[in-house]
Amino acid sequence: MDYSQFLNMQAELSLLAVIVILFVADLFMCADGKNGRGVYNTCLPVVLLTAHTLLNLCPSCQGAGEAFGGMYQHTPMMSIVKSILAVGTIITFLMAHKWLSRPENLVKQGEFYLITLFTLLGMYFMISSGHFLMFFIGLETASIPMAATVAFDKHRYESAEASAKFILLALFSAALLLYGISLIYGSTGTLYFNDIAAAVSFFNSSTNPVMLLGLLLFITGMGFKISLVPFHLWTADTYEGAPTVVTGFLSVISKGSAAFVLFTVLIKVFGAQDLVYAWDQAFLWIIIASITIANLFAIRQKNLKRFMAFSAISQAGYLVLGIMDGTAQGMTSLVFYLLVYMVANLGAFAVLTVVEENTGGITMDSYNGLYKSNPKLAFLMTLCLFSLAGIPPFAGFFSKFFIFMAAFKAGWHWLVLIALINTVISLYYYLLIVKAMYIIPNDEPLPGFKVDCYSRTALFVCIAGVVFLGLCGVAYNYIDAFAYGLDNMVNGLAEPIKCCCPSSCH
Amino acid sequence: MSYTLFILLLPLISFLLIGVVDLDIPKTGKVWSHKVAGLIGTASLGIVTILSYMTAYQYFFCTPRLADGTLPTLVPYNATWLPLGDLHFDLGILLDPISVMMLIVISTVSLMVHIYSFGYMHGERGFQRYYAYLSLFTMSMLGLVLATNIFQMYLFWELVGVSSYLLIGFYYTTGPAIAASKKAFIVTRFADMFFLVGILIFGYYTQSFNFSFAGTVEYADGAAHFIACNPETALIKNAAMTVLPLSLVLMFIGGAGKSAMFPLHIWLPDAMEGPTPVSALIHAATMVVAGVFQIARMFPIWIEYAPQTLSVVVWVGAFTAFYAAAVACAQSDIKRVLAFSTISQIAFMMVALGVCLPGHGEHLNHSSLGYMASMFHLFTHAMFKACLFLGAGCIIHAVHSNEMAMMGGLRKYMPVTHWTFLISCLAIAGIPFFSGFSSKDEIITACFEYSPWCGAWMTMVAAMTAFYMFRLYYGIFWGTENKEAHAHHTPHEAPWTMTLPLIVLSVITVGTGVFTTLGGFLDWKWASFGSIVSASGIPYTVHFDPTIAGVSTVIAICSILLATWIFKGEKQPVADKMYAAAPRLHRWAYKRFYMDEVYQFITHRIIFARVSTPIAWFDRHIIDGFFDFLAWGTHKTSHLIKGFQNGSVQTYAFWFLLGAILLFLIMLF
Repeated sequence: MDYSQFLNMQAELSLLAVIVILFVADLFMCADGKNGRGVYNTCLPVVLLTAHTLLNLCPSCQGAGEAFGGMYQHTPMMSIVKSILAVGTIITFLMAHKWLSRPENLVKQGEFYLITLFTLLGMYFMISSGHFLMFFIGLETASIPMAATVAFDKHRYESAEASAKFILLALFSAALLLYGISLIYGSTGTLYFNDIAAAVSFFNSSTNPVMLLGLLLFITGMGFKISLVPFHLWTADTYEGAPTVVTGFLSVISKGSAAFVLFTVLIKVFGAQDLVYAWDQAFLWIIIASITIANLFAIRQKNLKRFMAFSAISQAGYLVLGIMDGTAQGMTSLVFYLLVYMVANLGAFAVLTVVEENTGGITMDSYNGLYKSNPKLAFLMTLCLFSLAGIPPFAGFFSKFFIFMAAFKAGWHWLVLIALINTVISLYYYLLIVKAMYIIPNDEPLPGFKVDCYSRTALFVCIAGVVFLGLCGVAYNYIDAFAYGLDNMVNGLAEPIKCCCPSSCH
Repeated sequence: MSYTLFILLLPLISFLLIGVVDLDIPKTGKVWSHKVAGLIGTASLGIVTILSYMTAYQYFFCTPRLADGTLPTLVPYNATWLPLGDLHFDLGILLDPISVMMLIVISTVSLMVHIYSFGYMHGERGFQRYYAYLSLFTMSMLGLVLATNIFQMYLFWELVGVSSYLLIGFYYTTGPAIAASKKAFIVTRFADMFFLVGILIFGYYTQSFNFSFAGTVEYADGAAHFIACNPETALIKNAAMTVLPLSLVLMFIGGAGKSAMFPLHIWLPDAMEGPTPVSALIHAATMVVAGVFQIARMFPIWIEYAPQTLSVVVWVGAFTAFYAAAVACAQSDIKRVLAFSTISQIAFMMVALGVCLPGHGEHLNHSSLGYMASMFHLFTHAMFKACLFLGAGCIIHAVHSNEMAMMGGLRKYMPVTHWTFLISCLAIAGIPFFSGFSSKDEIITACFEYSPWCGAWMTMVAAMTAFYMFRLYYGIFWGTENKEAHAHHTPHEAPWTMTLPLIVLSVITVGTGVFTTLGGFLDWKWASFGSIVSASGIPYTVHFDPTIAGVSTVIAICSILLATWIFKGEKQPVADKMYAAAPRLHRWAYKRFYMDEVYQFITHRIIFARVSTPIAWFDRHIIDGFFDFLAWGTHKTSHLIKGFQNGSVQTYAFWFLLGAILLFLIMLF
């Protein structure tokens, strides 16, 4: 056996090392019995995870690679997405500090880090999988610990209910997904991604209804993770019940990884022309339904977590817009959208978290007049919401612009028009919060408070992203250099034609 | 010369520092914060001035000239900011004779104004804000002149517009200041629209925004390429030949707006509502000459591809010069007089650029003498007009009024202001050995070479200039003293922070005047402005035409004597008789020939009433109604589908499955 293939798994192995270190640290450095203060807190996981991210930030120059006979695949783009997810996790950890410092959570804080990191590890494997079995294991590694974090406030009734709903529907969708995978196996005789694509063209089974059903069930399984309509119904209840930090993680990291995997698997496995036509048709309706229905629900929400749930569903609709036709430009815009959505959404969640942890307010009414007591927080929240709504010059405008451009170039003019109309509706409900914070008078706004330094760091990172990601074209160009899609693949293998590492190639 | 970047960065940093950081330190009180803000602004401007002078020294004296004696064009920085296919917007720094000359003008006047404002703005509310705006303005103006391409120029062009707006409206609690700032912004913005269209047409056809690099004119290459590409049919060639002049004229309209040419001049007199040092910096010395600078910048294109079109500039300039001079004769507010005088002088520069004729090499220097004259006048005018405005500031500071009626006999109380004001008046009147003489004389020479009529007309305007400036001078410093007003508040000389800039500027005025006048008569090559700035770049030594120099001096002196005779005395019988003889003419001139009323009529009666009102009705009822309907429909739908999300897991699974089946059907068919 060639052990050097482990080198391809740098990201996973280093994350595993982080997990092991944290596990040992948790064993020996758990909460102090006397004063109940956590001996190790947010610092250690954040530092370790940052080191891990920096180690894997720059995609290696070897370009695409495989390990274990194609079970594990790797492209530079995957490294980028993994890094984005890791950065998101770091921000989540920073946000979680205050919440984990609650007396009832102090003892459990090690659990939170470990569970979350296992989720992340599952996502890594899911992203890099080259085989449906590997993919499914990665998916479940990512989703079962997730249910545990949703139920993290276990004494709270809502948290438990949210978790129950989440795990039940996750099982339901996993069953359907497995069924779909078995159908794919039935019609092609293999589960390796590369072999399936070859088999589809060999047996000419791209119009085979069994294959189509397999494809559809795969889409439903991923649609559940990304929370696309009509597979989204768990989202609102789970987001509302889960601890706010976990909601932030769910709405960005979990969703983002699934969207990227959906893209890569679709172009890798279902890249035959007829299949592309089929999934384009399905996504056309999924996107329209996701954006529109989620927007219609979001208008009426009073609880901000629930509100963010519907906002996240509609954002997922925009995100999936990049999938249409599976072009390289689509991949670039999808990953860029993910990055920008991550900073803006986590920024908003960071504000929600600090406000909830310090004052307990989580409804829209409690935010009335926030500007008076916490002008800086209100301002940051406004920036994030503007970015989510896509107002220039914030990053959200550029990410929406690129994703619309990709879909428009692929020929989906009507779809882009509908998405554009929906941005107007989304602007309306995002501005509702801004209106509450700045305009609606309130004699007793939430009291002013000082934000802890971890949350400050998280907010700082998010706001820097919101302001600069769009204005500096570097991020987009960097992602673009590694993108691949149906229009530039070599030998049916996902391998970018363009030169890999812009800095150190020659 | 990599340090040139700091010329732009320092004012920007000081703007951000003063503008964003709250310097109001509670313990030390208000005055301290004033001083800190002012010191930061002045110190950074001081460094910028030093850097500018270093740049100028290195550029003019240490850079090797090209074979034919032309100064090379240097580009220390240039970065592509927005690539758009073949076209690209760049940001960078370009050094050539006119941009370096502008560096000197802007940094000198701006530094003087920074120092002066210490005294003038002492104790004002918003002192810190004032200095922040000054820094912003200086940065924008420097960026404008250092631009490497027309688009960058446009960016900074708009930025100076914004800072001008902010500074005119500095006293934002008073009605007239608000109105004036809005007026200035709207009128110049209206003109800038044409500028932008001109830029876009130009860029579209010539495929280049860049100014000349490395001695060759890149945009001219683009234009030549454009014309060379379309020679097939006469029709297309005609189109090609009309597009360039069209775009240049559109750009000129933008320039006319900023430089307050008739009929877009209406904002400048009102802009005098701003603090007086601001008027000196922005509305006399630097920003208002941006239009002149723009034409000078595009001059190779004008002269190569649109020489006939330059007559537009001549007509506009010649009329404006006369109009503004006529109005200036009747104003009673001293800042208004200076404002109209500025308009008139800028028109001189415009005319000088307009009277240029095409030529090549050394010959171009001669046929386009006006180019050199215009740039020279820009330089001298900036210095003496800034001195005049700052002097006016001292006077206003002393008597607390802008009206000439409140003044009179001030020479006893304010000797420094009096003498510097007199020097500047002599300069603007065109008396030999003062800077205005040399530059104005060259403009008139250029006009005479273009057409005797034009020369005669401009000579007449020059005579009017001498007349109204000395009317102003005598009205302030001689004439009847307003004893009643001065009784309970004796005017006094301004503090040294305010008089020092006056002295510096008048020394520059006299110094330039002495050297260039002597140089012009004695053929000193080194003292000739043409050795650094000339139309073709090849050094050009100016000889005074003794006839023209003599005649214009005599005319200027006659005008001054006339003004002395009419306005110097305690009683002014001649002036009263003149008012009595032509009250209507005086009234018309005083009311600026009712141009503001014409604008009011056009905007309110025609545009607002006849065009905007119906559109507003349509907007309010049809368009808004449509959107209200949409919003209502959205809310209703949202209400209708709320049962979808009922909280029961079984229902969720049901919808999940139903959705999957529906999608499968869609995919299948």
